[in-house]
Amino acid sequence: MLNYSTLRASAANVSMSNSALVRLAWSLGSLLVFLIFWDVAANIIDHRHLPRPLQVWQTLIEQIRTGDLLFHVGMTLGRVLVSFFVAMLIGGALGLALGRSKMADLLFDSWLIFFLNLPALVIIILCYVWFGLTETAAILAVAINKIPNVAVTVREGARSLSRDLNEMAEIYRFGWWKTLRHVTLPQLAPFFAAAARSGLSLVWKIVLVVELLGRSNGVGFQLHTAFQLFDVSMILAYAVSFILVIQVIEMGVLQPIEARVNRWRR
Amino acid sequence: MAPVTDNPFHVRIAKKIYPPVANRDAHLVLRDIDFVIEPRSFVVMTGPSGCGKSTLLNIIAGLDRDFEGRVDVGAGEPTIGYIFQSPRLLPWRTVEENVALPLPKGDARRERIPDLLARVGLTGQATAYPERLSLGMQRRVALARGFVLEPDILLMDEPFVSLDDPTARDLRQLLIDLWNRRPTTVLFVTHDRHEAVMLGTRLLRLSGGSATLVQDEAIRLSPGDRSDPDRVRAEQRRIFHDA
Repeated sequence: MLNYSTLRASAANVSMSNSALVRLAWSLGSLLVFLIFWDVAANIIDHRHLPRPLQVWQTLIEQIRTGDLLFHVGMTLGRVLVSFFVAMLIGGALGLALGRSKMADLLFDSWLIFFLNLPALVIIILCYVWFGLTETAAILAVAINKIPNVAVTVREGARSLSRDLNEMAEIYRFGWWKTLRHVTLPQLAPFFAAAARSGLSLVWKIVLVVELLGRSNGVGFQLHTAFQLFDVSMILAYAVSFILVIQVIEMGVLQPIEARVNRWRR
Repeated sequence: MAPVTDNPFHVRIAKKIYPPVANRDAHLVLRDIDFVIEPRSFVVMTGPSGCGKSTLLNIIAGLDRDFEGRVDVGAGEPTIGYIFQSPRLLPWRTVEENVALPLPKGDARRERIPDLLARVGLTGQATAYPERLSLGMQRRVALARGFVLEPDILLMDEPFVSLDDPTARDLRQLLIDLWNRRPTTVLFVTHDRHEAVMLGTRLLRLSGGSATLVQDEAIRLSPGDRSDPDRVRAEQRRIFHDA
């Protein structure tokens, strides 16, 4: 029985990696078509505000060579990670509390709606005005933007927690930590995964705005400088490199974690 | 081995009312129930479906505290094992982890889990995830989890329902074996009269409607008699006045 199920699992893996390869080939192919389209358009228009892909590539290499790119992308990535974890932690705890307690939900639901609809730019400006042009203010601004989204997503999960399993945990005296770790969080995992997916892309976009408005390094700062010089090639070089970084995190970190968390499913 | 408490369980429920919900008035589920469960007895409980048997178990387990009455367990807090109608395993934990979770970290009883899994017929399944197992196998895991704690009282709520006959028979035999190795106080709820007579040493029967105790009778079968279907059927006729 065990041998059979391992066999079936490995068969599933083979077919999965096959379909993954096919998908990768399609993605690369369509990306290539996009690059050709871009190059042809840039050739026809022939203006310095629309550089050709090769030019962007050269700028990218140049920025890597001087070490600028690594430094600024690193600064941005640091801010993204810190604010992402802060937002997931606080938003997750908040969502769990709101989903579990009707009273808390009644009390704070309108606050949540308020913060969900507060424009990101307003939060950023207010954080800088109140806390100064500091790193803390920047991180706080990004986290506050993301917390309500995480809370709303996790609240949905917390509302549908299994009463049966909670009773089981109570009977067998799991205590709060064991219950959280073995009963509650595994049920919330899909909701955390959804929040993390949408969260990462939202957070890094907001981090760029935060950097543009009040930081002296990071990709947002570089984009600001390039904007003042109308250096489109530089703007595109930084945009492309950051898209690559986020994709690597998505495929190299988030997806493996998700696969591991879901390995018990049939 | 943890000592089994020698305190009887005294269950008194004057009233258990379900509060009114959207389209249903308040509903008196249980009334005037008063019985004592002697230590190490195997008590079976039957009654019409929906009469409040599960509610009664939840009250004894301490899951439901909203009732008039008192469950007296003597000194200290008893260790309770509860085997639910559905296995209620954590699907994201392996068989072994599910059985180990009720025990504190570093508890000596953890070392006996492989042995226990072997006894319930789960050899080789320790690292399997529950959803890959059949319902019968999942029930075995739930049994192991109930017994690993060496509880003072084991509550069982139709634990063998919706299984095919041979599987249910195997599990009943397994329960008897486990119980013989370490007799503990059991309160076993079932619909199945044959199962009730075969397993129990005493029968409690609840009425329908607002349920109360209508029958409390000793089941007179020796351990040997229990494996003889004719003896069991005869005793079943005597107790239930079945045709």
